[in-house]
Amino acid sequence: MAIVELEFSALPVHVRTARLIVTAVARRGGVDETLLDEVRLAVGEACSRAVEAHRTTCPDEPVRLELKAADGRFEVTVHDAVPGDDAAVTGPGTAADLAVANTPDELNTPEDLDFALADGTVDLGLAVIAGLADDVDVSATPKGVQIRMSWPADTVAAS
Amino acid sequence: MDLKVNDYTTDDGVTVITVEGEIDVYTAPKLREKLIDLVNKGKFHLLVDMEKVEFLDSTGLGVLVGGLKRVRAHDGSLELVCTQERILKIFRITGLTKVFGIHTSIAEAEEKRKSAG
Repeated sequence: MAIVELEFSALPVHVRTARLIVTAVARRGGVDETLLDEVRLAVGEACSRAVEAHRTTCPDEPVRLELKAADGRFEVTVHDAVPGDDAAVTGPGTAADLAVANTPDELNTPEDLDFALADGTVDLGLAVIAGLADDVDVSATPKGVQIRMSWPADTVAAS
Repeated sequence: MDLKVNDYTTDDGVTVITVEGEIDVYTAPKLREKLIDLVNKGKFHLLVDMEKVEFLDSTGLGVLVGGLKRVRAHDGSLELVCTQERILKIFRITGLTKVFGIHTSIAEAEEKRKSAG
């Protein structure tokens, strides 16, 4: 299946459109119906995160998505154009690991969550992505942050 | 799809907020405004009925956490009604099942509130 690329203006209203397109491509790419909700939510989170990042630093730059289905995987990469100096993203997988490591066991009150969010140990969006995607890689480069997510797909039947 | 947010107050003084549609980065401000408005009107015991919510992301979770903090500042409560597995999964992933009281129906929430109170 050919690569599908999508660009949209960094506006919240377009995130839903991106979710719908990615879900349609995932279905066409052989992702099982039971996983489509997870794809939709995880990609929506990554897009929301990118939109928020663009709004404060480069609102005129579009958010870019790359979708591909090959070798039994459906892969989505969300690129933002914010140089990778985000403190929450210090290396491949690090942010996602942090998000997961710090959410489920340590939060019991909204005050706990407030503290965790304030000191940067928890990013709810990354926690959701890490909890839903089969495989996640977060990388920060001088050109921006990339969140790559993938799920199993029956790419042979879909081709 | 637009987000529909309505509310009514029960005889027990609990304000039920019914939410219908998708709660995401675009629509969440509408729910945030509703919660702030209710707290400003002195409604400190809130029950958010999420049975007709079709989509919820971390922006929506953040709005609910913000609402909970506001009502707790007034010794209030914010609880949820939700039986949809795909929505509950998001609360589990983020550990927020420990933060929110989550009920299977409005009637169950009212019953538990009476027995606790």
